Amino acid sequence: MRVNVTVNGAKKTVDDVWEGESLLYVLRERMGLPGSKNACEQGECGSCTVYLDGVPVCACLVAAGQAEGREVRTVEGLAPDPDREELDPVQQAFLEAGAVQCGFCTPGLVVQSHDLLERVPEPSDAEIREALAGNLCRCTGYEKILDAVRLAARRKAEAKQ
Amino acid sequence: MPPRSTATPVKSPGHVETHGQGGVGDSPVRPDGTLKVAGEFAFASDLWIDGMLWGATLRSPHPRARIVSLDIGPALAVPGVRAVLTHEDVPGSRFYGIDGAGDQPVLAIDQVRHEGEPIALVAADHPETARRALGKIAVGFEVLEPITDARAVIADPENLKVQPLGGITRHQPVRVGDVDAARAHAEVVVSGEYEVGIQDQAFLGPESGLAIPSEDGGLDLHVSTQWMHNDLKQIAPCLGLPEDRIHMTLAGVGGAFGGREDLSMQIHAGMLALHTGRPVKMSYNRYESFFGHVHRHPAMMRYEYGARADGTLVYADVEIVLDGGAYTSSTLNVTGNAASLGVGPYEIPNIRIDAYGVYTNNPPCGAMRGFGAVQACFAYEAMMDKVAAACGLSPLEVRRRNAVSQGSRLATGQVIDSPAPLAEMLTRLEAMPMPPDADTSDLRNLPGGVSQTTHGEGVVRGVGYGVGIKNICFSEGFDDLSTARVRLEVIGGEATALVHTAAAEVGQGLVTLQTQIARTELGVRRVTIAPADTGVGDAGSSSASRQSYMTGGAVKAACEAVRGVLLERAAGRFGRHDLTLVGGKVVSREAGPLATIEEALGDAVIEETREFHHRPTQKMDPVTGQGNSHSQLALCVHRAVVDVDTELGLVKVVEMAAVQDVGKIMNRLSLEGQIHGGSAQGLGLALMEEIVVSGGVVRNPSFTDYLIPTILDMPPMRIDILENPDPAAPYGLRGAGEPPTLSSTPAIVAAIRDATGRALSRVPVRPEHIVA
Repeated sequence: MRVNVTVNGAKKTVDDVWEGESLLYVLRERMGLPGSKNACEQGECGSCTVYLDGVPVCACLVAAGQAEGREVRTVEGLAPDPDREELDPVQQAFLEAGAVQCGFCTPGLVVQSHDLLERVPEPSDAEIREALAGNLCRCTGYEKILDAVRLAARRKAEAKQ
Repeated sequence: MPPRSTATPVKSPGHVETHGQGGVGDSPVRPDGTLKVAGEFAFASDLWIDGMLWGATLRSPHPRARIVSLDIGPALAVPGVRAVLTHEDVPGSRFYGIDGAGDQPVLAIDQVRHEGEPIALVAADHPETARRALGKIAVGFEVLEPITDARAVIADPENLKVQPLGGITRHQPVRVGDVDAARAHAEVVVSGEYEVGIQDQAFLGPESGLAIPSEDGGLDLHVSTQWMHNDLKQIAPCLGLPEDRIHMTLAGVGGAFGGREDLSMQIHAGMLALHTGRPVKMSYNRYESFFGHVHRHPAMMRYEYGARADGTLVYADVEIVLDGGAYTSSTLNVTGNAASLGVGPYEIPNIRIDAYGVYTNNPPCGAMRGFGAVQACFAYEAMMDKVAAACGLSPLEVRRRNAVSQGSRLATGQVIDSPAPLAEMLTRLEAMPMPPDADTSDLRNLPGGVSQTTHGEGVVRGVGYGVGIKNICFSEGFDDLSTARVRLEVIGGEATALVHTAAAEVGQGLVTLQTQIARTELGVRRVTIAPADTGVGDAGSSSASRQSYMTGGAVKAACEAVRGVLLERAAGRFGRHDLTLVGGKVVSREAGPLATIEEALGDAVIEETREFHHRPTQKMDPVTGQGNSHSQLALCVHRAVVDVDTELGLVKVVEMAAVQDVGKIMNRLSLEGQIHGGSAQGLGLALMEEIVVSGGVVRNPSFTDYLIPTILDMPPMRIDILENPDPAAPYGLRGAGEPPTLSSTPAIVAAIRDATGRALSRVPVRPEHIVA
């Protein structure tokens, strides 16, 4: 089947998609966007988190056909500058706070944290923990991820002033 | 990939710095971090090349069965299928194994010995085609009763062999003094039986890789692994190729924790690529990953300790049984660790330990963070608490009274010859502030968390302590080495160091550390880390907390060699022999700065390769267990504070505190990440992580049913890091990745015991253990 989807602001058409393919598979294998990760492919780990029409979802649980005509934003589409000289504040904070080790969970956590700060600019620790509870990380023990989200929130608040 | 340049290099002689920014002791950002946060870092499962096929693996549904028929015809007939291979298609040796045992079939030959054992391979145009073709392979099984009772195997090893080597993999005794005589004089005797369930590494990046046939009939292999050179030694004979025809490159590794020490898809993808002449990608899904790698050995342990009334230990009588599953994997060395570290960092004059590794048809087990030391730690720390209770001492006091220090002997007779300030660490742990009482105004703070299962009724607080000791680097006589090649040249007007090793960056931050060492040793700002591949000598495994020590040591040695060449040339040019390289400048002790490193280098390219070995170790004596078997030892202590809902058996870990001696803080940010991450894996083992097996069959091979800690489970941590240098180690450092994984588990369980009074002799602790 053919799938038309807007990804990171660009309209894309993909042909020969098998009906059983997930949005994650199409992003990774057919669109050259492997940033969204495939740690469990059953909606438990959050490593494939993307925005679908502005709402974070597990791309592994979305059938490719369900994305027809909709807008997807992936980790590759967060940075304001496409050549990546500039990162999104959440990405920059993950980098600086030591929230990245192996990095496999990072894209999903970055998207989920980005969404949290869009909704709740100054989250409490309890709010951060609740928002990120669906994103597994095996390396960091989450402490530096909390640091990163706090840092990103602070920077975003400063930038608004 | 070049690191982000953080500053403009100094160009003129004059001001002298002792450390370049981002050198040893600093916490520069990871050189691979920008790619990772941007989603641009190429993990093994992201690899893609034109014309590639997808490989898939048919695995046994039975833990033990004879294969009576195997028909691949229907699978070959599926449109889009390019190859279906069985053991008959293995080009070379049909067996491999990580520690030389060579007992693991590449593909099952006439029988299967564990659930998930690979039987056949498919390559197809689309992964779904490959998956469907697997279902068309007709295998006739004669199902056999699996051997699953490790203690029964020890009792009758000759008749309970799961494979020709079967029975007992290793029995390692440790004998010190006279336990029976000591028992007669002990004023206090305590005993316990303990069990540790099977823990999974649960790295997030699935086993993946890409095999590309090369023009010379060989292969380019891009895989996520922990030790490429050891992979190569196993892969090449099975593929019937000389090692120099296989070029391995490390693909991005999404965590490892021991689970990538054994081979997974490497030989299989190689077979499919050689057979089809096409590139072949293999990538396991999570279900397959649970069968695609070895796990932490489950353990059954019996402990008996005798002590004087004042808490001084007088004997330990210990049996440790580790179930290694069907093949040898790392069981020999895991058993050695369990034996040598079986009573932990305590002075005990009379010791009898019998550690067994055995073969069964349960899931195969091998390396996982902590490697044999984790299981024993859970038991010996529970025993220390029992001794404390029997003697009316606090848990901290009984540990301090028996704590090792520099000069103490381990159970193996090995004298600890570098700082081991355990008593001081416990005192520092005691001095850390305690967390406040639970804030019941927000029910998310209570056990059950966001499920809001209590308003505080039935919730009891407990505090517990844990101590762990881990060997760092490879032990028992292994010639442990790493290799580094360092090139120094001026690129674009700036001195640049290129560091090339085969060491696996698995997330721990080794690439950052290599950059820091090159900056410190050469005084350059710009350091490039070359992709890890087999084009340079062996780096050993990213295991045993050894890479900072070993590859760090190799990079340091290669940088020193480069510096030596540079200064020798400068000596000729300036006619001086009192030169040093400081802060990126050639400096004469007498005349001061003479030239920048760029001026001193000119057009020259200086490249040096060095091998680094740690000091030799000895095998444990097979009868007494005595010997200097370890190169370095590391300590970590934990305090855990928990709130337990005693009605529902739910546990909330409120806080963990840790004190660790690391010798030298090379990179605080990375180090803290290791302590946090290791503690989290220990929390997982304490409270939730277990591969549940019945009759040799895994019941929970998914992240739905195998739970690892989330951000809601992991509490805030307090960390206190000591730096007592080890004079034998580069920079005095001590490997740091594993020790926190040991001590967090017993601390948490002790805290739950403190809260509930339950015996809790098994991990993971489940709600029914608390409310039963």
